[in-house]
Amino acid sequence: MLLFPLPHFPRFPIYSCSSSATKRRGTAMAAKLLSRLRQLDTRLISLQHQRPFFRNARLFSGQQIPSSDSHPSLPPTPTPTPLPPPSAGSAGEKRQRTSSLKDHELAKFAAISDTWWDSEGPFKPLHAMNPTRLAFIRSTLCRHFSKDPNVPKPFDGLEIVDVGCGGGILSEPLARLGATVTGVDAVEKNIKIAHLHADLDPTTSTIDYVCTTAEKLVEEGRQFDAVMSLEVFIINISVLKISDSRLQHYFSFRSIHLVATSIHVIEHVADPAEFCKSLAALTRPGGAVVISTINRSIRAYAAAIVAAEYILHWLPRGTHQWSSFLTPEELVMILKRSSIDVEEMAGFVLNPLTGKWLLSDDVSVNFIAFATKKAEG
Amino acid sequence: MNRLVVRRTLYSNHHQPKCPWKRGFCSGGEAAAAAPASSASSGQLNHIINQKDGSFAGDDQPYDLAIVGGGMVGMALACSLATKPLTKHLKVAIIDSNPALANKLSIKREDPPDPRVSTVTPATISYFQDAGAWQYVQQHRHAFFDKMQVWDYTGLGYTTYDARDVYKDVLGCVVENRVLHSSLLSRIEDTDVQKTIYPSRLASMIRYPSSSVKADDNTREASYIKAGLVKLEMSDGSSLYTKLVVGADGAKSQVRNLAGFKTTGWNYSQNAIICTVEHSVGNHTAWQRFLPGGPIALLPIGDNFSNIVWTMSPKQASDLTVMNEDEFVKAVNQAMDNGYGPHPKSNFSNGSNKFSFLGGNLTMSTNESFEVPPKVVKLASKRAAFPLSLMHANDYVAKRIVLIGDAAHAVHPLAGQGVNLGFGDAFTLSRIIGEGVAVGTDIGEVSLLRKYEAERKPANIAMMAVLDGFQKIYSVDFGPLNVLRAAAFHAANYISPLKRGIISYASGEQRLPIFP
Repeated sequence: MLLFPLPHFPRFPIYSCSSSATKRRGTAMAAKLLSRLRQLDTRLISLQHQRPFFRNARLFSGQQIPSSDSHPSLPPTPTPTPLPPPSAGSAGEKRQRTSSLKDHELAKFAAISDTWWDSEGPFKPLHAMNPTRLAFIRSTLCRHFSKDPNVPKPFDGLEIVDVGCGGGILSEPLARLGATVTGVDAVEKNIKIAHLHADLDPTTSTIDYVCTTAEKLVEEGRQFDAVMSLEVFIINISVLKISDSRLQHYFSFRSIHLVATSIHVIEHVADPAEFCKSLAALTRPGGAVVISTINRSIRAYAAAIVAAEYILHWLPRGTHQWSSFLTPEELVMILKRSSIDVEEMAGFVLNPLTGKWLLSDDVSVNFIAFATKKAEG
Repeated sequence: MNRLVVRRTLYSNHHQPKCPWKRGFCSGGEAAAAAPASSASSGQLNHIINQKDGSFAGDDQPYDLAIVGGGMVGMALACSLATKPLTKHLKVAIIDSNPALANKLSIKREDPPDPRVSTVTPATISYFQDAGAWQYVQQHRHAFFDKMQVWDYTGLGYTTYDARDVYKDVLGCVVENRVLHSSLLSRIEDTDVQKTIYPSRLASMIRYPSSSVKADDNTREASYIKAGLVKLEMSDGSSLYTKLVVGADGAKSQVRNLAGFKTTGWNYSQNAIICTVEHSVGNHTAWQRFLPGGPIALLPIGDNFSNIVWTMSPKQASDLTVMNEDEFVKAVNQAMDNGYGPHPKSNFSNGSNKFSFLGGNLTMSTNESFEVPPKVVKLASKRAAFPLSLMHANDYVAKRIVLIGDAAHAVHPLAGQGVNLGFGDAFTLSRIIGEGVAVGTDIGEVSLLRKYEAERKPANIAMMAVLDGFQKIYSVDFGPLNVLRAAAFHAANYISPLKRGIISYASGEQRLPIFP
């Protein structure tokens, strides 16, 4: 009787490359971050017997898979989740975003918002990792867009989209650094929480939070200077499948360059190749894409799955599917197919004694990649 | 105490309020108070909350930082923030009822030195130089010293420290507190940082927890808006909102009390007398002699003046404070010279001694013989006495509140380290805030503030432990212990690596003693 599932090779055709550069030290607590995020949305009981993708979908969204005839532009309606407080009045809230919050909404989301935003609470590892990844983003973006890093707002004039923003943990610092940020998440609750928290500070209240997916944004024809994809819960597979065949390039309707980031999302996405195509479509020519995820290496297996899920119980079992991790080489290839060139890559390493995350060359567990789209002409 | 009118000159820029928050919280459109109801006069606290949309009136835009206490350490923080490109845009409020902040006192060279002086270590001097405030200190009286001699009343041993032991020019500089303060203020005036001075005392502090939703209707949204802020109310009725409160208000810190920080510590049953004295010759050495009641220190201030810090029991302190000046001068000379015990014997051995096997070059000061301090000729200021105690706050940070300086720790003056720890706190906090702004963090976030605590707490505790240890060891007159102390003097004098370590630690260059 096995105590934990053995690693198995990916089920979908990711072009596998030899990941030879993975024998380096490092521990990954990325899993820990996601565990907390999962716990927020759903209480997972047992997911051992479900198919991985379906399981992932249930896991992260707490939503029902909408039927194919649902209107693609409406955000998927979340089912009532077993999380306290029980979803009272959740149906009525969906239509309007947050322009006039009712009191009970305020109370409910304020309570949950605290869990997300309490830096010593369940999302502590996420908050601990945040400054490190922001340091990477800041230095790479400043260099790429030739901005002066020694000013308090180096991203002034940049438009950034945070795909899978969750509670806005990445979006708010980006806004404080001067960027015009659009936060995107498929889970309505997260958008509400993010919006509420961002309104506390005038600099971050300009963030535009939208409950949608990257594919839908592409359909709308939006483009950004930088696309961020870190720690996302994406998740609605049928929406992905519907829209991925219709990547059209529209005119960008903003004259300022935009940036998009997508961090820690991609290992949960059903089809990483299509997701990367959407990210590429969201980026303006000459713009940047930042993606962070977990490597598909034995060390990551040991750390993110065995250690985090089974030994230390930081994550519910089955949160991560080792086969859906991406190696850096695979990520580079997928992005290349969408005409995005990876320029820099760094690994996140946790120092277990101090609890601090550091950027390093060790990409064997968590890593972040900075890529650019070729400028036209 | 005069209650000055709160200065609102800087607010004229904010009179057209930009309230982007309105869009989130306007119920029923923008009908709610198109313009703030009253241009804020002080004392109208309620008008802020009663605004229907909960936004801030023009004059009460929240500050980024509120420094409670405008003393040396508080101003050091403000100066350091003002002179760095990443933090100079922060809006700072300074709360202190000291009129010296609003109207700068001019200090003339001919004035006799103020007895309140501090010894600044080379580490602090370099912080000041980085901030650009040291140039102003140099315009006033200040005294570098490069030698220090420490001995005790038993006459069994002595130690001489020289800056050249660690290949430096100075061991420290003695500067009057008011000079340090005014040079920091001058530097702040140079920069164009947005600061407002509130000349009153802090009365109460309210933190808004983000998930609390209060009972009454119209304040519910308002209190949620203020969830990221702390409200400070002053004793003259004015109030302000800020993201971060810095408690730099001294050993009896109001911020620390209001925030509920617990402290550990005890009173030393000692008082310290401070005064300025004059010599007939210049003095460039710092002298410290441990007497049975406590140490007496003679520090050069410049221009033939020196500062005396004499620690003793409260009864003796009050006796010495009231006796007439000549008697006092005689008592001081006796204490520094022949009183209480003999002079230590000078060591006349040549270069090699039995400890040279421990390696390193022999320090220059090993060969120096014992010197008698210069005689005090007359008293140049009033004598002041104050009680001594040890105090350490168990935590330096809480959500949106941080303590620096004496508010966080108070030490015995026997090594002149107290204010240097405070300056270390202030400049470290300003660096950490800069790092936070660089990655877009909300500066009141407790995780950022914990970085500051993790850096300063061990250093402060180590220094306090060392100083407390010294104070306890020297307060006992017991034969074998005296011999042990004498051995310690000899060890520090002749074991060169140890001496270098001690000098580096006391100069603020090493974080912990012994380990380099």
